[in-house]
Amino acid sequence: MTDANSHQNHSDTDSGTGLYSDYTTGEPVVDKAVPSGPIETRWERRRFGVKLVNPANKRSKKVIVVGSGLAGGAASATLGEAGYQVKTFCYQDSPRRAHSIAAQGGINAAKNYRNDGDSVYRLFYDTVKGGDFRARESNVHRLAEISRQIIDQCVAQGVPFARDYGGLLDTRSFGGVQVSRTFYARGQTGQQLLLGAYQALERQVQAGTVEMFTRHEMLELIVVEGRARGIVARDMVTGEIEVHTADAVVLCSGGYGNVFYLSTNAKGCNVTAGWRAHRKGALFANPCFTQIHPTCIPVSGDHQSKLTLMSESLRNDGRVWVPTKLGDDRGPNEIPHEERDYFLERKYPAFGNLVPRDIASRAAKEVCDEQRGVGPGGLGVYLDFDDAIQRLGRKAVEAKYGNLFEMYERITGENPYEVPMRIYPAVHYTMGGLWVDYDLQSTIPGLYVGGEANFSDHGANRLGASALMQGLADGYFVLPVTIGDYIAKHNLDDVPEDAPEVQEAVKSVTDRIDQLLSINGTRTVDSFHRELGQIMWDYCGMERSEEGLRKALDRIPELRREFWSNVKVPGTGAELNQSLEKAGRVADFLELGELMCLDALVRRESCGGHFRAESQTEDGEAQRDDENFSFTSAWEYTGRGQAPVLHQEELVFEYVHPTQRSYK
Amino acid sequence: MKLTLKVWRQRDAIDKGRLATYDVEAHEDMSFLEMLDVLNEELITSGEDPVAFDHDCREGICGTCSMVIDGQPHGPQRATTTCQLHMRHYNDGDTIVIEPFRSGAFPVIKDLIVDRGAFDKVIQAGGYISANTGSAPEANANAVQKEHADRAFAAANCIGCGACVAACPNGSASLFLGAKLTHLGELPQGQPERYQRVVEMVQTHEDAGFGGCTNTGACATACPKEIPLDVISQLNRDYLAATVGGKKKG
Repeated sequence: MTDANSHQNHSDTDSGTGLYSDYTTGEPVVDKAVPSGPIETRWERRRFGVKLVNPANKRSKKVIVVGSGLAGGAASATLGEAGYQVKTFCYQDSPRRAHSIAAQGGINAAKNYRNDGDSVYRLFYDTVKGGDFRARESNVHRLAEISRQIIDQCVAQGVPFARDYGGLLDTRSFGGVQVSRTFYARGQTGQQLLLGAYQALERQVQAGTVEMFTRHEMLELIVVEGRARGIVARDMVTGEIEVHTADAVVLCSGGYGNVFYLSTNAKGCNVTAGWRAHRKGALFANPCFTQIHPTCIPVSGDHQSKLTLMSESLRNDGRVWVPTKLGDDRGPNEIPHEERDYFLERKYPAFGNLVPRDIASRAAKEVCDEQRGVGPGGLGVYLDFDDAIQRLGRKAVEAKYGNLFEMYERITGENPYEVPMRIYPAVHYTMGGLWVDYDLQSTIPGLYVGGEANFSDHGANRLGASALMQGLADGYFVLPVTIGDYIAKHNLDDVPEDAPEVQEAVKSVTDRIDQLLSINGTRTVDSFHRELGQIMWDYCGMERSEEGLRKALDRIPELRREFWSNVKVPGTGAELNQSLEKAGRVADFLELGELMCLDALVRRESCGGHFRAESQTEDGEAQRDDENFSFTSAWEYTGRGQAPVLHQEELVFEYVHPTQRSYK
Repeated sequence: MKLTLKVWRQRDAIDKGRLATYDVEAHEDMSFLEMLDVLNEELITSGEDPVAFDHDCREGICGTCSMVIDGQPHGPQRATTTCQLHMRHYNDGDTIVIEPFRSGAFPVIKDLIVDRGAFDKVIQAGGYISANTGSAPEANANAVQKEHADRAFAAANCIGCGACVAACPNGSASLFLGAKLTHLGELPQGQPERYQRVVEMVQTHEDAGFGGCTNTGACATACPKEIPLDVISQLNRDYLAATVGGKKKG
């Protein structure tokens, strides 16, 4: 279907005419790796079906891992333990700083330690339903199975999960599920899990199986005879362009939420590794599926550089409201209860303030669109702990949320014990990513994708405490097995450094850097990034409509053309140059953003994080359209500004019957 | 507010470096790094080289940001990383001096960016529990007393930023080292390698160019995560037990 080589020489200039919203439809894409038969034994049968690599041969086999977060760190450590020669790359100064570190809430696992009726099947069921029936059943079931091993593995590494007074592991219920299956380490679960993976990785560095390349950025994928065989990377300190070749390449390079400029992602998070692979033939799946988290600290001004998430757990005791009256400019404590609109409780009496993320986010947007929002620019709603403090006492509230209240005060200068918090939704996670089969292999043979960088397990909406689970499942337990199978089946010769494919990849990297440095225009990279982010937020954010998306599809190519003719990147390529790093990333975001809008335009239904204005029920709730859209979109690149090809993977639900979500 | 910044500029590791003075207009809601973003946008627009500084998550957890502000690592606010410091703590007309973390083991790469790779080397020497993937017993097979679990967590809280090293007059990383030894040494899973670990990590700490500890306590004061000073006592106890007490085998 996709011949990777055929895409290497696409024109890199915009056609300048024609609507990008043109696209063509190609052959369906099919997951050929998944075994058939009962879902409970598919992973076991797949593992038994793999070809094994002789332990002595592993020492001569090389694997490149890009990214050192939960998925990349865990995969690197495990592949190293197995005996492969691993090279791991991260843009940070240490693998311990990957953005997985910022995850607060927890990690789900079907341990059923509470004896509250949890099981692998229930976790599987909740995740398929939570993903609004746009995820693959087989993948999700495997994830639920592996969830239990993850907890065992992390505890053995010394991850300090919360424990009860008997010394056993504590759990909490999270994100509106009815069982208590979320393991946590205070509000720093991601940090502790990542440090576990990081330490396992550094142990392999010491053992000589993993070679670590920090402050390195992958800028191109090397494809030889249709197979992923290496990467071109830039040493971000010296500017040197390096070639690294291997038997297989794994991308665990995270999500692309920074296309919105403002998100809860770290500043360095980017799509470049994945996008470069996409340009070389890897299909990109469901790019429009973005998660907008309802409880973030609102924007305070034009200088805003990123947004900070406040844990979802706050909604367990906080009540969300805005003034009932339009233009009510009194302070929150001066507005009496009867003049407050507790809109989540009003609209969703059964779930109240605990409705899922997408619903809470949209409801907040709606009241702000009615001009009832609070704070600067009217883009905020109150999250009020007044009732909780009266009911439980200040001490109890402090014990539960003290560190979050402190964080809020540090950023806003306001004391949430005295004044209600202000919150607003922000981009938090991207469910879309490179298309992979059950083995997590992309459409380029030998290119594997794990963690947030792939699209596989969360469908159109990710449940709380599922991202950490997926990253570690992919890294520790799935990729090392399936990559072994690929390596055992393909005994590849080394790629010579002077191979034309290598030279071509290096040239495309150096040409691009030279071009960025030579434009010498008048606008900074950040100014383009902010403008792109605003377009994405306005038209491809919480609510999308045909009219808005068409506007975005007109404006993004214009902005991209301006970028390539008017961006100003100071300095040279042969030094540490943070403007140049950003320029390369924003150039890729300017292409991805367009594809996201096109994907959103084509998906004329509301599902999960994707709310299409044209597809709602009479009372304004999301209306999924299973008859026409029960598929994964997998896009094929054909050249910048050229109409891409849409391949569809049909979704089959054999176990969990699709139903419309209702939280009324 | 109008501010005067004196910022350390150093082209590369070889350059001698100097303080350069800039005026910047800041707003009280900005974070400290957003104030530097504003400066950099102006520098780029006027054709100058922007100030290079390390930053990433901007929410106080990744440990990337690393500058010394008016003589204090991460600036004046207690238990706060630079990225979480906000401009409302400053007044119109203030002058702020911004320098990199300074320590022999953290060479400057450019401007405010230093190389903290030595921390990774210290972890490589033994800052882990050897548990290959797939080898783990059932997670609840061993209970961990809550007080041990809590102390392990308090130590595991370290974000590896290096403020302790920058604050220490000896350039010692003992707080960083003690935090990892306490985290792993408090847990039953960490016992088999406990004494080997401390000896190897202390040796690597020394080889990497970090200085010795003389109990000034400057590290714990500067630590944005308030790692308690007693992790260094733990380090010393374990080290003595391993060497003088003969607990380290082989």
